[in-house]
Amino acid sequence: MVMEVKKEIIRLRNVSKHYPMGDSVVKALNHLEFKVYGGEFVAIMGPSGSGKSTAMNLVGSLDMPTYGTIYLDDGDISKFSESDLAQVRGKKIGFIFQSFNLIPNLTVKENVMLPMMFQGTSIEERSDKAEELLKLVELDYRMEHYPGEISGGEMQRVAIARSLANDPEVILADEPTGNLDTKTGAVVMEFLEKLNKQGKTIIMVTHDPDLAEKYADVVYWLRDGELEKVTKRVGKRFVDVTKKKKKEAKSNGRR
Amino acid sequence: MKLDYLILALKNLRHRGIRSWLTLLGIFIGVTAVVSLISLGAGLQAAVGAQFGISSTQVLTVQAGGINSYGAPGSGAVNKLTTADADAIEKLPSVDMAIPRNVETIRIEFNDKLSFMSAVSIPYGEKKKKGWEVMDLEVEKGRLLQDSDIKKVVLGNSFSKNNNGFDKEVELGNKILINDEKFEVVGILKKKGSLIFDNVVLINNDVLEDLTGYGEEVDLIAVIIKDGDLMDRATEEIKKLLRSRRNVDEGEEDFEVSTPEAMMETVNSILGGVQAFVIIIASISILVGALGIVNTMTTSVLERRKEIGIMKAIGAKNSQVFMQFFFESGMLGFIGGLVGVVFGTLIGIAGVVGINSFLGAELSPVIDFVLIGGALAGSFFIGAVAGIAPAMNAAKQNPVEALRG
Repeated sequence: MVMEVKKEIIRLRNVSKHYPMGDSVVKALNHLEFKVYGGEFVAIMGPSGSGKSTAMNLVGSLDMPTYGTIYLDDGDISKFSESDLAQVRGKKIGFIFQSFNLIPNLTVKENVMLPMMFQGTSIEERSDKAEELLKLVELDYRMEHYPGEISGGEMQRVAIARSLANDPEVILADEPTGNLDTKTGAVVMEFLEKLNKQGKTIIMVTHDPDLAEKYADVVYWLRDGELEKVTKRVGKRFVDVTKKKKKEAKSNGRR
Repeated sequence: MKLDYLILALKNLRHRGIRSWLTLLGIFIGVTAVVSLISLGAGLQAAVGAQFGISSTQVLTVQAGGINSYGAPGSGAVNKLTTADADAIEKLPSVDMAIPRNVETIRIEFNDKLSFMSAVSIPYGEKKKKGWEVMDLEVEKGRLLQDSDIKKVVLGNSFSKNNNGFDKEVELGNKILINDEKFEVVGILKKKGSLIFDNVVLINNDVLEDLTGYGEEVDLIAVIIKDGDLMDRATEEIKKLLRSRRNVDEGEEDFEVSTPEAMMETVNSILGGVQAFVIIIASISILVGALGIVNTMTTSVLERRKEIGIMKAIGAKNSQVFMQFFFESGMLGFIGGLVGVVFGTLIGIAGVVGINSFLGAELSPVIDFVLIGGALAGSFFIGAVAGIAPAMNAAKQNPVEALRG
């Protein structure tokens, strides 16, 4: 058997995020260890209040940790300036949001072109790439429509096209089906699955364990700001591969 | 790259509500005021100049000064000029002709209505011919006065209009009573656009003298000089002559020699005052407009926090977010300026057309492309400057908080 050398794309080392709130401190996330390799489909699973949104912001390098270190492509993100980080984020991570987050004043095509504008791509190249990507999500006939004129499922597919604009290594999807019905949600998931099969790394944040286990290879289970367990697909089943530490063992023991 | 922001800014502006556009009123009014004022340009000067009856550049006016200078020009003077003064002036080397003129208040009766008007004495011979020329007087109907005319009168254009105060248009051949004596109207002057000339009553000198009895006294002397270049010399010569004739020292003259330039200067100083006033109003409204843009941009940044969050998430640098709002603000100002330029130019054209029909002149509006370009660039600049603080605020939003909306 040939050993496949996988590239580590994002890594969180002992990351905590605390927010000051009045006199007290809200510990949104504690001691998170997280690792994504190229080509993986990873889910961050947790109920509301589990800290998964905080985790997503950190993984997507939108936010800085209070403690610990985040590596994006082996680079410590705390070492980047705000603008450099924005550039790197724009190039390496494609975002998909629960509420689509398209810019309402721009057409579907312009929305897809926007991330490329921030990278300084020429307008012709942007236009060609946007058309190509919209064809990929089967929305090329909606190109000149505004987001308000298309359905939720279509908006999310536009968001997928937009996330691919700068050809990023990772797509970070935050509850991508959260605002969609089951059927259109399934279509969106099929597109993500297809992208993963083509080699894109996908990190999906969800509260739905079935969705996580249906599509992901690795699932990080969060609860109350702590990492509860990590499970990995082996054949058709998921096995617990959590590296037990003293702290985690203790917190698990509490329940 | 900059063009991208411009396009993005225009796209965003297209979706702005009426509230944003109302804040542009200030810029719009300011630019309209300035552009229309300058488009009127020479038209305004001509209109005011016509009120003063300034037409020829070769005529000096000599007037006696005094304490009681109310009423018609020169008529209130204590120590009046005389026909002898006029004769002396005419002998000066730089002077071609000196025409003594009297302006008298007379009583006119027509259509059983009574009115008090100013009558101007008309000299005889060569001076009459030259007088018509320098005053630029022509008839619309009938003819000008001839030396042989007695009890004949030529009237200003306003007399031929219905609203002349007599409730009836005065026509050629009509008889009017002047100081109880019957006169025949032989001519109506062309419209001059001047309140003085359009209401004037022209009567031959001897006839007017008989009516009012001013004798040798003269209200003003119109001096025609030999050459336009001799203006300054003629002025000095006349001043020197009259000082000795009237026995006054230099600096204490009780008379006045006015040149067309000096009169035009008066006109210009009046216009300058009007212009300064308009520019102050314009500056205030542009300032208010700029504050309006600050306000609308600040609101816009708050309303579009989520959009800013999205832009940052998909890779916008702080400077790129700044640029977008900065350009949007500049374009807001630019559009205000553009509307202002269009309206200002239209008002200027309409104003000049109005002045032309009032004066019978053929002025053309000043369409100054440097001014228009400057107004547009200035509007963009004001908008952009007004947008700096809101755009900086947009740029420094934290992406996570901004995304939350």
